[in-house]
Amino acid sequence: MTDPLLDVRGLTTSFETGQGRLTAVDDITFQIEEGEVFGVVGESGSGKSVTALSVMRLLDDAGTVEADEVRFKGTDLLSVSESEMRSIRGGEISMIFQDPMTSLNPVMTIGEQIAEVVRHHGDVGERTGFWSEMRRKYVTGTSEGSRSWQRAVELLETVGIPEPEKRATEYPHQLSGGMRQRVVIAQALAGDPSLIIADEPTTALDVSIEAQILNEILELSEEFGISVLLITHDLGVVRETCDRVAVMYASEFMETGHVNDIFEDPHHPYTEGLLASIPRIADEREWLSVIEGTVPDLIDKPSGCPFRDRCDYAFELCDRPLVEYEIEGSALETHTVRCHRENEHVEVDDSGHVESVPDEAVAALERRIEAESARDADGGVSPTADASARADGGSRPSPAADAENGGDHGEY
Amino acid sequence: MSSRFDTEGGRIFGVRTDLVEQFVNTVRRDLKAKIGVVIVTLFLLAAIFAPELAPYDPMAQDFAPLQAPALSSETPLGTDSFGRDLLSRLMYGARISLGVGLGAVLFGAITGVLLGLVAGFYGGWVDDLLMRSVDVMWAFPWLLIAIMLVSIFGQGVWNVIIAVGFAYIDDFARITRGEVLSIREEEYMLAAESVGLGDLEIIFEEVFPNTVAPIIVQFTVLVARAMLAEATLSFLGLGVKPSTPTWGSLLGQGRDFITQAWWISILPGVLIMITVLGINLFGDALRDAFDVREVDSE
Repeated sequence: MTDPLLDVRGLTTSFETGQGRLTAVDDITFQIEEGEVFGVVGESGSGKSVTALSVMRLLDDAGTVEADEVRFKGTDLLSVSESEMRSIRGGEISMIFQDPMTSLNPVMTIGEQIAEVVRHHGDVGERTGFWSEMRRKYVTGTSEGSRSWQRAVELLETVGIPEPEKRATEYPHQLSGGMRQRVVIAQALAGDPSLIIADEPTTALDVSIEAQILNEILELSEEFGISVLLITHDLGVVRETCDRVAVMYASEFMETGHVNDIFEDPHHPYTEGLLASIPRIADEREWLSVIEGTVPDLIDKPSGCPFRDRCDYAFELCDRPLVEYEIEGSALETHTVRCHRENEHVEVDDSGHVESVPDEAVAALERRIEAESARDADGGVSPTADASARADGGSRPSPAADAENGGDHGEY
Repeated sequence: MSSRFDTEGGRIFGVRTDLVEQFVNTVRRDLKAKIGVVIVTLFLLAAIFAPELAPYDPMAQDFAPLQAPALSSETPLGTDSFGRDLLSRLMYGARISLGVGLGAVLFGAITGVLLGLVAGFYGGWVDDLLMRSVDVMWAFPWLLIAIMLVSIFGQGVWNVIIAVGFAYIDDFARITRGEVLSIREEEYMLAAESVGLGDLEIIFEEVFPNTVAPIIVQFTVLVARAMLAEATLSFLGLGVKPSTPTWGSLLGQGRDFITQAWWISILPGVLIMITVLGINLFGDALRDAFDVREVDSE
């Protein structure tokens, strides 16, 4: 298997607040392959956007980003210089934001806004020094004969804007919401990126436009071979568009897998709850099902499963730190779940409730937790810890190892 | 819907003319803007061409002192206590008054806007450092600072411009910083960063054009105050040389004769008022013309 386009391991982002440390993204791991559409779905405040901004290094100073690895095409994004990062932003990875009403500068014509990105990341042979840009902006304007302007017009045409030459000279407020989002897409395409991060690109649009815009993003990404990281809270959108999906809850990825696996065979109680709450036309229920309770406070978040207080299946292992379990028999891609019900020693009845937790289960879990904390402590430097963590990759610890560590209790 | 923008691509010698055309179109539709433009143009021309247009030497004491204005006489606006032609003195005075007024505010605006942009954009200790320094300036009455600067650097037009303009840095810095703080939270700032623009480009291409409207308003208000400030300094003998006519010094000198010869102080006063009015109307027109967001509301 070739290296993934974007390889994120153990990404943790936290903010120092007056009340304490807020963990917005907690130890998440995911890979995006070339040409793939990867969805991150979760409710508001679950940390989806912060994940995207952390990868792009766009958080302000209040946020601390830590990770074992954030690799994009082999480049470690967390260690490159700010100027290299600037050429990656827009050139290699570009973003589409939620609200097209506010993500375009109101006092620049849309042509200028796109041409600017073309000049910075494309090979059009136009100077982009500070004074050249100043002169262009305040004195000469972007010449309509210039290659960057023509490319901007082409891009507008590509994203389906009628009369692109005329539209390019207009200001954002002269366009409708859907048109503006198309402009934002054109801007995102302007640097020929390999990855587009779309942060709820259709949330601010009405439903009839939503489908158009999503189609536009998908068709263009397919046409130009661009991977997409699609952040959304809409399961319907995920099902329509994504190849793989991660379900995010309270800053953690609860379940990751192929979209069919997640929808047909959800293993995490939260995913089940989400799917159950989708209204269906054939529904006979009088009330939609809801997940009782509220999202836990992310400030000074306790370890253990963040969903346990709302979970119907909660049992005594739920306050132990979460580890990743791989679901066997998943059809297409690795399907991983962070729920201790998947521990092979835990006995689960037909309704999914836990019947008994034998000692081996506790031991196996503690073995796993220890392996992970050893990996964290070494920061992935130690070859053995690193290798075991990778080989581990979510698989279950061997029973032999469990037996050895059987009597090891306590620190968690 | 966008007839005002159909002039796209207009360039003279490679310089974009769309902004000029926007301005011309705004003025055409707006009576107040027309008045403002006429007043400002007229006064600027009178000031620039004073040596050619003024009927007499402003320093020559050729006439009977304290003659009342009479359109039929040789001195249509009367004479001062030394028998100098008031019309000529007012025309020469316009050079200093307008020059100091515009120059001082321009100096204050450029410095203050730069400070405000940097402070607001970077925030944190940069913001604290710059804005607290500006606050220190606020702690002193502007007149004290002006007197200090003039006494250090001596009298003269340029020094008066700096001395008066210095007091306006904090106004511009504060207004700009406030605007930048709110603009910085807009999503298009994040979007600009996400396409790989550097800080300088974001500040001057994305942020600055969005702050222009309140800065223009402040500019026009302060031009009036700067002209009065120049008058104050001249009145205290700290402005330009006492014999040089400026509207402020004319007004001050005429004060002694206000009971016998009202015109000596009233006429420059009226001119200051009209100029201020004209510049305010002009500024409104500029703001309307360049605020692209207001186009649709018509």
